[in-house]
Amino acid sequence: MTASNADRTPGRKAGSGGTALTLLAWLIGIAMFFPIFWVVLTALKTEQTAFSMTPTFIFSPTLESFRSALAQGSGYWHYALNSVITAFGSTLVGLALAIPAAYAMAFFPSRRTDFTLVWMVSTKFIPAVGVLIPVFLVYRSLGLIDTRLGLTMLFTAMNLPIMVWMVYSYFRDIPIDIIEAASIDGAGTAQTMFRVILPLALPGLASTGLLALILAWNESFWSLTMTDYHAATLAVYTASFKSGEGLFWARLSAASVLTIAPIVVLGWFAQRQMVRGLTFGAVK
Amino acid sequence: MSASPTDASPGKRAPTKRLMAPSVLFLLVWMIVPLAMTLYYSFQDYNLMMPDMRGFAGGLSYELLFTDPVFWDALLNTLLLVATCLLVTVVAGLALALLFNRTFVGRGIARTLAISPFFVMPVVTGLIWKYMLLDPVYGLFSWVMRSIGLEPVQWLSSYPLLSVVMMISWEWTPFALLILLTGLQSLPEDQLEAVRLDGANRWQEFRHIVLPHLGQVLYVVIMLESIFFLTSFAEIYATTSGGPGTATTNLPYYIYLSAFFQYDIGLSSAAAIGAVVLANIFAIFLIRFVAGNLNAGSQR
Amino acid sequence: MAIVELKNVAKRYDSMPGKKGAEHANAVEDFNLTTKDGEFVVLVGPSGCGKSTTMRMIAGLEHNTAGEIRINGQDVSSVEPRDRDIAMVFQSYALYPHMSVYHNMAFALELKKTPKEEVKQRVQEAARILDIEHLLDRKPRALSGGQRQRVALGRALVRQPQVFLMDEPLSNLDARLRVGMRAEITRLHRRLGVTTFYVTHDQTEAMTMGQRIVVMRDGRIQQVDTPYNLYERPVNRFVAGFIGTPSMNFLQADHHGDGLGGQGFSCPLGPRLQAALGEGGQRSSCWLGIRPEHLHQVEESSGRGRLEGVIEVIEPLGPVTMVQVRVGDTLVTAQLAAHLDVEIGDTLGLAFDPDQVHLFDIESDQALGLEPDSAASSTQATA
Repeated sequence: MTASNADRTPGRKAGSGGTALTLLAWLIGIAMFFPIFWVVLTALKTEQTAFSMTPTFIFSPTLESFRSALAQGSGYWHYALNSVITAFGSTLVGLALAIPAAYAMAFFPSRRTDFTLVWMVSTKFIPAVGVLIPVFLVYRSLGLIDTRLGLTMLFTAMNLPIMVWMVYSYFRDIPIDIIEAASIDGAGTAQTMFRVILPLALPGLASTGLLALILAWNESFWSLTMTDYHAATLAVYTASFKSGEGLFWARLSAASVLTIAPIVVLGWFAQRQMVRGLTFGAVK
Repeated sequence: MSASPTDASPGKRAPTKRLMAPSVLFLLVWMIVPLAMTLYYSFQDYNLMMPDMRGFAGGLSYELLFTDPVFWDALLNTLLLVATCLLVTVVAGLALALLFNRTFVGRGIARTLAISPFFVMPVVTGLIWKYMLLDPVYGLFSWVMRSIGLEPVQWLSSYPLLSVVMMISWEWTPFALLILLTGLQSLPEDQLEAVRLDGANRWQEFRHIVLPHLGQVLYVVIMLESIFFLTSFAEIYATTSGGPGTATTNLPYYIYLSAFFQYDIGLSSAAAIGAVVLANIFAIFLIRFVAGNLNAGSQR
Repeated sequence: MAIVELKNVAKRYDSMPGKKGAEHANAVEDFNLTTKDGEFVVLVGPSGCGKSTTMRMIAGLEHNTAGEIRINGQDVSSVEPRDRDIAMVFQSYALYPHMSVYHNMAFALELKKTPKEEVKQRVQEAARILDIEHLLDRKPRALSGGQRQRVALGRALVRQPQVFLMDEPLSNLDARLRVGMRAEITRLHRRLGVTTFYVTHDQTEAMTMGQRIVVMRDGRIQQVDTPYNLYERPVNRFVAGFIGTPSMNFLQADHHGDGLGGQGFSCPLGPRLQAALGEGGQRSSCWLGIRPEHLHQVEESSGRGRLEGVIEVIEPLGPVTMVQVRVGDTLVTAQLAAHLDVEIGDTLGLAFDPDQVHLFDIESDQALGLEPDSAASSTQATA
């Protein structure tokens, strides 16, 4: 578990006043987490208990809301499947595009590759609204509106710059000596790639994929603007609770829990590995 | 060694072009071409309701945009949102990072709890806050205020922008915490020991050693957060829908409304160009940082 | 087995704007050398002198920008590293961290599609020679520095290559291990008889291991010679100062009538030194080089050179004591007997045999009075 990693790092030892600070840290941790905990709790209540002016902490839990959220006709599985397909699809396409590009940039750098890398990262900062209208119009004329393919490609474009950068920085961590040793040992480009570079970069590739997965799963702008039903993801599903149905708090909570649980848990395990990509390698 | 590893294989050039082409093409097709089209549309008189009445409009869309008070509201809201959220998340994130940089019982678990909000889908964040926390009657906040004898507040209608700031800050303080904490932990222990031996107190230690060490990391946090805050959408979409009035309409939401509700392609494109320009003002600093990082790294 | 020839080999870097300073470091100019079959050649010099670059060009990891490199007569300039049939030991060892020791050693053979049985047998054999049989299942990260070093050697050994290249292979080891490995590598070389290039910045390693030593500086060969000749007949002041520890002392000496001298020292001129001094025209001054081990604390001094100065540093090393004496404005190091009855601040007089001194031109730093035969065999080019 990643958490133990941090415990080994020496910080200020808890001294005088340490107990108070420890208590404060725990209190803040719990407070930050409380809304998530509260949703989980509400999801286990009946609608009557959930919707009351005085919150209830002790009650007999029921899975009724989950049952109805997962029931036939609620559509959860349809949206979840779309989320899975678009998130995993965009991650795989992204890795397939990013790995060769990062390989060229990391191991055969030139002015041109440096420029390309900076250019790629800079496209990350074109806000989605900046390309929304043309993408919408072109998608409409190509029949890509409300398709998983169309959405997957948008997620890929959204994540590709970060993925290239992350894979690049992991590749760059491989000592050049090892690549040279492989070439002296008789390995060609492909053999070096598959027998030396990829195995060494595997943890890095995994965290790149994880980050892309999380970002794509939580994406809502493109899902809300480019899909209706066929390709609609869980973001669209939960957004549908924003009016009217929002009165059924237990069901809303159950749906929310089902939407965020996979990614929050994934995030717990990947927190350390994500930091580096998110800071463009400034922190290791 | 200043020689680039290009030399690693005499007699043969790596097929760098072919390896990079797919990524480059992909970004061209999905980002750059549409961006150019947005620019083109912004000079067109084009409304989806009247697709036949299309033609060159010159700067008309920009004129309309700049005379639209809602646009200025949206711009102001965007900047307010970015500035407030930055202030809250960075200050709170730094304080929490310092708090969590101590060794204490269950630190890993407490930290994991604290950063969890970052992984929550923004739409869900919006819903949780709108209903279960901020609801004036049934919300948890109202219950707390009633319990301590205060009048419950109509958060989303009385303090709409503040409510949005709270949601976004809840999501992003963990981000600042996570990154700044990692930055703190990369501080060499001997530097701290040296400054303590020199007789520095905690504040001097923080001011002269910790803060300078965090400089680069803080920079990255601020830049990345601004990029994301500039494009906040889901939290607003799921809660206030830009209201009441235009109180929480930011640029992305304004563009969304003018494109999908007024079908005005010309106007929304012009606004989109505005959003791109704004984002670039922020991005230029980060790009410079990335490029600098690259140069420093290539001399390994 | 192989003969390696380097003819007028050069490596020039395009000076890139914005990357000043590193322009000339690691560059190589006009490198000429032909090895004997099975020879152990050491490239030595200060960092940035081009020794590693030269080796990397032999490996094919870098292009030579001029000249040609031949292995057994074949020009390999455009041959890929993997087709050159060479093995290299890296300073960082460059072991594959994700492979076990066995697979690290077997990797090259597997790539060549060597039959499994043969791979196994060759790895076992190399492991036995290096005494790492018990480590074959471990990953590199579970090994100590010395063990990694052996695995790196083993990986090269298994290949049975035409040429071994070793790039500062011992510099990451602690002092004690280094001495042991030094002898072991020499033993291995004698046993296998493979032509070997060995790069180091440590003159002790060079002297103890090399059959021939190439001394380099600023990308140019200074001298190519046997260890004995490098020590006895250095061709210039750089080689004289680089070979031998502690370094040779240099005193700027004036020529007056029957001797050489300066503030605090004098040296009588015999026929050898007279001739040397007259080489290529009369000189009024020159560099006088004296090795620390040639300075003695003796009373009687007829026919000897003398110097005198105040003691600034005394370093007892056990078998000998190093003393640094201020002579004029030069600090002179002397290697003296273990038990010395002197203290810092004392004035100390030392004597030396004029036959053991070296003279160098004051302008060009070239050695004066080298016997013609050795000069012809030992100098390469010293622009």
